[in-house]
Amino acid sequence: MFKKGLGLALGACLLTGLFAGCGGAGTGGSANEIKIGGNIELTGGVASYGKQTMNGILLAFKEANAAGGVLGGKKLVLVQADNKSEASEAGNAMTKLITQDKVAAVLGPVVSGNVLAVSQIAQDNKIPMLTPTGTNTKITVGDDGKVQQYAFRSCFIDPFQGKVMANFAAKSLKVAKAVIYMDSSSDYSKGLADAFSDTFMQNGGTIIGKEAFLQKDQDFKSALTKIKAMNPEVVFIPAYYEEVGKIVKQARELGISCPIIGTDGWDNSKLVEVAGADALNNTFFSNHYSSQDTDPRVVKFVESYKKEYNEEPSALSALGYDGALMIIDAIKRANSAEPEKIREALEKTKDLQVVTGILTLDASHNPVKSAVVIEMKDGKQTFKEKVNP
Amino acid sequence: MESFFHQLIQQLINGISLGSIYALIALGYTMVYGIMKLINFAHGDVYMVGAYFGFFATTVLHLSFVPALIVAMIGAGLLGMFIERAAYRPLRDAPKIAVLITAIGVSLLLEYGGMLLVTPQPRTFPKVFEAVTYNIGGIVVNSQQIVILVVSILLMVILTYVVNRTMIGKAMRAASFDMDAARLMGINVDQVVSFTFGIGSALAGAGGVLVGVYYNSIDPLMGIMPGLKAFVAAVLGGIGIIPGAMIGGVILGVIEALVSGFISSTFRDAAAFGILILILLFKPSGILGKNVREKV
Repeated sequence: MFKKGLGLALGACLLTGLFAGCGGAGTGGSANEIKIGGNIELTGGVASYGKQTMNGILLAFKEANAAGGVLGGKKLVLVQADNKSEASEAGNAMTKLITQDKVAAVLGPVVSGNVLAVSQIAQDNKIPMLTPTGTNTKITVGDDGKVQQYAFRSCFIDPFQGKVMANFAAKSLKVAKAVIYMDSSSDYSKGLADAFSDTFMQNGGTIIGKEAFLQKDQDFKSALTKIKAMNPEVVFIPAYYEEVGKIVKQARELGISCPIIGTDGWDNSKLVEVAGADALNNTFFSNHYSSQDTDPRVVKFVESYKKEYNEEPSALSALGYDGALMIIDAIKRANSAEPEKIREALEKTKDLQVVTGILTLDASHNPVKSAVVIEMKDGKQTFKEKVNP
Repeated sequence: MESFFHQLIQQLINGISLGSIYALIALGYTMVYGIMKLINFAHGDVYMVGAYFGFFATTVLHLSFVPALIVAMIGAGLLGMFIERAAYRPLRDAPKIAVLITAIGVSLLLEYGGMLLVTPQPRTFPKVFEAVTYNIGGIVVNSQQIVILVVSILLMVILTYVVNRTMIGKAMRAASFDMDAARLMGINVDQVVSFTFGIGSALAGAGGVLVGVYYNSIDPLMGIMPGLKAFVAAVLGGIGIIPGAMIGGVILGVIEALVSGFISSTFRDAAAFGILILILLFKPSGILGKNVREKV
C-alpha cells in the first residue's frame, strides 16, 4: 500500500553512525556514541506516516541505550533529517546526513518513491540504508536484476502478501475456487494478483475467473454480477481501501456472501465508513503486524510504545522499531560501527526476533518473515492468525 | 440457461440505474450544445460540486434526502449560471475553439480548486435513507436503484414539460433554432442561455447527489469519467436533442453493464468510447438526429 499516490516512499534510512564506533575514525560524534541518520518524512504529504515510523525508531534506540548501549557502552544517537515528503528533499537530507553528520547508516525514507530517489546516494557513499516500510521490489533489486548492495528493508515486499493470502485461502479457509478482482491501473494490484494465483494453484486450487476495474471507478455491479454467477468460494481483491470499500458494499448487496480477502491496501478506517460494518463481516486481509497479536514480543512492544507515546502503535511504528533493531543487531554482530562492516552484518541477518516476526534476510536483502491476517468483525480489525512464509 | 437469463436481467437493472445517471448529466451537455453549439466540458465537474453541496447539506445542515437534493440542485444551478456569466458570455463572439478551451480551463479550475477547498480525501456520504435490498427470484434490486430511477424519470418529465409547454421553453427552442432570429423577435437571449445553464447544471447536481447516495463516496475528481461518458451518451442519442440524451444515457449504461458482464470488465471503458468512434464515423448526428445538409 505504501506505493500509493505520489509515492509514499516509506524509506527510513538508517545511517548508523559507525564512525564514532571505530576509535580514531570518529569524525562524527564523540568516542562514546554512534550516529545513525534518520531520513524521514516529518512534514509534508505523508508526515503522519513519517511520524509513526520515527516514533518506532526512537523507542528502539531508547531501549537499546537504556540496556547499556552497544559495543561496550556506546550510545546510539539518531540524527534526524526531514525530507518534507519530497524526493528531491530526501536526496538533500541523505547527502547532509552522510557528508556533514558522518552517520554510519541511514534509516529511511518511509515511502518507496523517496527511497528509490536516494538509494544511489547511499550506494555511491557506501553507507548502508534501511527503509522500514518501502515495499517496492526495485528498492533492493534494481532494474538490471542486480541486488542493490547498500539497500535493505525491514518490511516484506508486495508479492509476498499474494502468497500469504493464497496460503490462507487454501489452508485456513479451505477453499478451492477463487476469483481475482484486481485494479488493472496499479502495479501493486497486478503483482499481488500474479503471486496469489501462482501460489493458490500450487495448493491445488483453481482460479475460476479474473476481472478488473480501474482506480476511481464507482460502479462495480456488472462485474460483480458476473462474479456471483461463477459461484466462487473466495474473492481476492488486492487493491486500496477506496475502491475496496465500494466493491465490498456492492458485492454484499448483490448477495455475494463468500469470504472476500485482500492485502495491506485495505488497512484504513475509511474502509468501514464506505462499506459498512455488516458488509465487511467475513472479510480478511494481510498486514505487517497487528497490535492485538498475543505474541509476547508484540505485547511488550505495544505496552512500552503506549507508555512512551500514549497511543496504539501502527504497522509503521512496528516496522520502524524493527528497522532500528536490525541495525542495532548488525552493529553488535559486526562488533564495529564501520559502514562496510555493518553492511556485511546486515546481509547476514538471520532469525532475528523482531516485533513483526522472526526475520531473516534473503539473498535479495528482502526479509523473510511472517505476516498477519486480520479479520473484520462488526467493523473492528481483529487478529486472525499469523501466516509463516 | 436459467442462470444466463438471471444474469441478463440483473445486468439490465445494473445498466439502467447507471444509465439514468449518465442521462441526467447528458441532458446538460445536450441543452447547452443545442443552444450555444458549445461542448461545456466543465459540466462533469458541476456534477461533482452538486454532490458536495448535497454532502454538506446533509452533514452540516442535517437535511434529509429530498431537501438536500433540492439544495444541491439550486447550488449547482447557480454555479452553472455563474460559470456562463463569468467565463462564456464574454466570449460569445469569440471563435468556438476559444470557448472550448475556456471550458476545459473551468473544468480544471473546479477539479483542483475543489481539491484545495475540500481536500482530495474521498468523503463518505451519510446514509440519508435505509437501503433495502429486494430479492425477487434471485434478482437483486436495491431501494437506492429505485430512487435513482424514479428521481431521474421525474426530473426528465419536468424538463420535458418546461421545454415544450412554457414560455421560457418556447424561447429556448427558438434560440436553439436560430439565435439571431430569436433575438430579433424580442427574446432576451442572454436570459435564455443563462436559464439553460442553470437547468442543465441543476440536473447534473441532482445526478451528483444520487451518485453520492448510491455509491457512498465522493471526491473532487469524481466528475471526470462520468462527464466524459455522459458526453458519449449525448452524442450517441444525438447531441442537441433532449430525448436523445435520455435514450443515449440509458443505452450506454446498459451496454457497459452487458460488456462487463458477458465479455470482460476490462473492455468496459473501451466499449463506451468505441461507441463514440463508431457513432462519429457512421451516424454523427446520433440515434435521434436528422442529417442536416450544410447549405453552401
